[in-house]
Amino acid sequence: MAHVSDLIAEDIELYLKTHENKSLLRFITCGSVDDGKSTLIGRLLYESKMLFEDQLTQLEFDSKKVGTQAGDLDFALLVDGLTAEREQGITIDVAYRFFSTDKRKFIVADTPGHEQYTRNMITGASTADVAIILIDARKGVLTQTRRHSYLVSLIGIRYVVLAINKLDMVGYSEAIYNQIDQDYRTFAKEVGLQNIVTIPMSALKGDNITELSVNTPWYRGETLMGYLENVQIEDTAEKSGVFRMPVQWVNRPNLDFRGYSGLVVRGSVKPGDAICVLPSGRESRVARIVTQEGDLEKAISGQSITLTLTDEIDISRGDVLATTDAPPGVANQFEATVVWMTDEAMLPGRPYLMKIGTKTVTANVSTLKHKVNVNTLEHVAAAKLELNEIGVCNLSTDQLIAFDPYSEDRDTGGFILIDRLTNNTVGAGMLHSALRQPHDNSQWQDFHVNKQAHAALKGQKPFIIWFTGLSGSGKSTIAMLLERKLYSLGKHTYLLDGDTIRHGLNKDLGFTDTDRIENVRRTAEVAKLLVDAGQIVLVSLISPFSAEREMARELVAQGEFFEVFVDAPIRAAEERDPKGLYKKARSGELKDFTGLDSPYEAPENPEVRIDTTTQTPEQAVEHIINYLLGIGALG
Amino acid sequence: MLTHLQRLEAESIQIMREVVAECEHPVMLYSIGKDSAVMLHLAVKAFYPSKPPFPLLHVDTTWKFREMIEFRDVMAKKLGLELIVHINPQGVEKNINPFTHGSAIHTDIWKTEGLKQALDKYGFDVAFGGARRDEEKSRAKERIFSIRSAQHRWDPKLQRPELWRLYNARKHKGESIRVFPLSNWTELDIWQYIYLNNIPIVPLYFAKERPVVERDGTLIMVDDERLPMREGEQPMMKSVRFRTLGCYPLTGAIESEANTLTAIIQEMLLTRTSERQGRLIDHDSAGSMEKKKQEGYF
Repeated sequence: MAHVSDLIAEDIELYLKTHENKSLLRFITCGSVDDGKSTLIGRLLYESKMLFEDQLTQLEFDSKKVGTQAGDLDFALLVDGLTAEREQGITIDVAYRFFSTDKRKFIVADTPGHEQYTRNMITGASTADVAIILIDARKGVLTQTRRHSYLVSLIGIRYVVLAINKLDMVGYSEAIYNQIDQDYRTFAKEVGLQNIVTIPMSALKGDNITELSVNTPWYRGETLMGYLENVQIEDTAEKSGVFRMPVQWVNRPNLDFRGYSGLVVRGSVKPGDAICVLPSGRESRVARIVTQEGDLEKAISGQSITLTLTDEIDISRGDVLATTDAPPGVANQFEATVVWMTDEAMLPGRPYLMKIGTKTVTANVSTLKHKVNVNTLEHVAAAKLELNEIGVCNLSTDQLIAFDPYSEDRDTGGFILIDRLTNNTVGAGMLHSALRQPHDNSQWQDFHVNKQAHAALKGQKPFIIWFTGLSGSGKSTIAMLLERKLYSLGKHTYLLDGDTIRHGLNKDLGFTDTDRIENVRRTAEVAKLLVDAGQIVLVSLISPFSAEREMARELVAQGEFFEVFVDAPIRAAEERDPKGLYKKARSGELKDFTGLDSPYEAPENPEVRIDTTTQTPEQAVEHIINYLLGIGALG
Repeated sequence: MLTHLQRLEAESIQIMREVVAECEHPVMLYSIGKDSAVMLHLAVKAFYPSKPPFPLLHVDTTWKFREMIEFRDVMAKKLGLELIVHINPQGVEKNINPFTHGSAIHTDIWKTEGLKQALDKYGFDVAFGGARRDEEKSRAKERIFSIRSAQHRWDPKLQRPELWRLYNARKHKGESIRVFPLSNWTELDIWQYIYLNNIPIVPLYFAKERPVVERDGTLIMVDDERLPMREGEQPMMKSVRFRTLGCYPLTGAIESEANTLTAIIQEMLLTRTSERQGRLIDHDSAGSMEKKKQEGYF
């Protein structure tokens, strides 16, 4: 299947030689059915002689049967292979068409459908180098033209053809052409589109498609096919010299060979080049670029390669290999634009899987800053993103990732979001920049950010360590030392001390049994809230009764409550008497003192028992830490 | 600047590596035709110096050309790859053949059911296939990663948007994915790549004197004694070749003298009849491919 060329019959070898060196151009056509999009694609296929005889026969037959062109060839029928599906109510999304000329092979992304337009167009445009924006000459720049142009700009297509179509319907008027061209350019500047080429055409009649039309003698530019064949997509990726390769697969055929396979998404690489591995930041040099046909002296962007390094360093799938002098950024908090692609709305706080390059991490939208009205480009406040909506948000990931701004690199800045339950691709996004402020809590009250989300952000499992024991047993001393230790391990903790709470929250309570129970209850409830916030909570409270300690245990999930019994004989505690309380109690100044005239129910099965007669506070802390590590509570 | 074939090659390799990195138990469907030949060549390149870390699966119908089977076994041996051949036991038991049962049932039992059986039997979660988007209209919108339900059905609602070079290979237990690394190749690209890289293909693609009978305007090769002769029918020797390969009673030959790769390509370019014409199964009913796909045909 190819266009007709005399060379095929005369010298097939020469023909193949010329076709070996063709380049590839991918483009997308934007417009609705009424703009003549299908007709244009059909026309391009026809003009490039990409149709087989049986397809042509079918086309002639269909044109007579169901065509809209009074028996003339209806090119739209060539690409409307999805009509049957439309009737069956099946979603039509992106179809890809192929044609080629002497100079290039073309892949066209065709995105029909109105309702799913944003999702489909973003999908089709994500791999395109050029966008053809169709305008009906009778209608001029419409709302949908603006929408298409915004999406083209958003996805980063740098080359745009404005195809002013159906010019035959307005008498090939130069004035109308000029007016639309001018209107469009004013608007295009707003959305940041450059490199716009405007072509007057009639896809139906074939004006300015492959040959300059006699109907538009005032037009001196290129034909559409001429433009597509000749446009030089500036390969900034290759020229910049900034090398990027996400590692796809570690190639280990035997113990003597360790290669890293991946696609060079940017720049070029040679043996001897210094590279760094991100996010770890380790450095090495390229030893070889290995292929089945022998080692390469150089690999450039777009090639799938396997390379080896001079040093044995730890590299795995998801890492990015990069030039040392211009490495990508590394962060876990980002600002990004997200396009939502599924019926169930995107909610801030809900964790999604995020695939960027070859790495998959868990990501949360911490703040939805605003959504964008695709028709007016206005920013609108929003609590969630619905299907086909576009929003700017702050994202946080559970691991550091290497990235470049999307505007610099589609491959290291573009990502998809995957629903963890359905496994569907639910969103697509473009990273703008890393956020320096790690936590922006201001919006949280508006959204349901749950315990897991809080904990994930802190990188820890939340739980309560409940210290119980007599007054003066050393609970608070051990709790404070333990908190300091956890803090040094990077844990987010909070210490609820009985005395402190009695001075504030519980200052209305005395020491009767009822008040003691209420004291424990309130403290336990506060501890529970802090666990919900993802915190590790240390409670230091005499808490003399087993029932209340059990009540506290039941407030949180299993495995989130650890009872530490700070066991000191009453004589030892009284001997220490750091606050002079025992003295006061003995003298009758204090009533209902635990251990003296009020009972203390020692725990029967505490998770940890500290024997204060043999363990120093430091040893006690070590004891507790070892316990927590042993059960995996510290991650 | 890379040529279009270099870009296609790099894309296919990237797709294969994604599958191997993200999926547990992939398999490559090897149908022995020219597209399979290119796919296999790319697989060897993608994982070099390792061998492709997956076996080849051929769903045999017992009605393939004998030269295809020979070629299949030679290739697997030469590359040192594990080759799994699955033949639907029901097909054997009921002696399913295109003459008594018709091409639709023949294809369904041997190919569609046979493929599902094989995938279930070995627990493959991903199967590479050599289908291209330019083959026919309904393929044009096929994803590169195409999710199938636990019953192997193609559900349009399960199909995921594919952006950039990011493929979502996650699936639930029981679901599987058909992956098409050659999605963006055209027939000419395939031939050109075979030519440039000297990739071995089944000799049936080259013209040779072969015994054929003419039926309903189609030349059918008499590959063995199982082809029942109609009244007055006599096999005749003609210089023929095949544009596509499948079950011999269902594959039309074309008269040709083209016995070199360049001659084949030349002929293909000059003969303007689309590829699937040679495959009788597509003529069964309008939209038949679409229907077959929903039922689990590749």
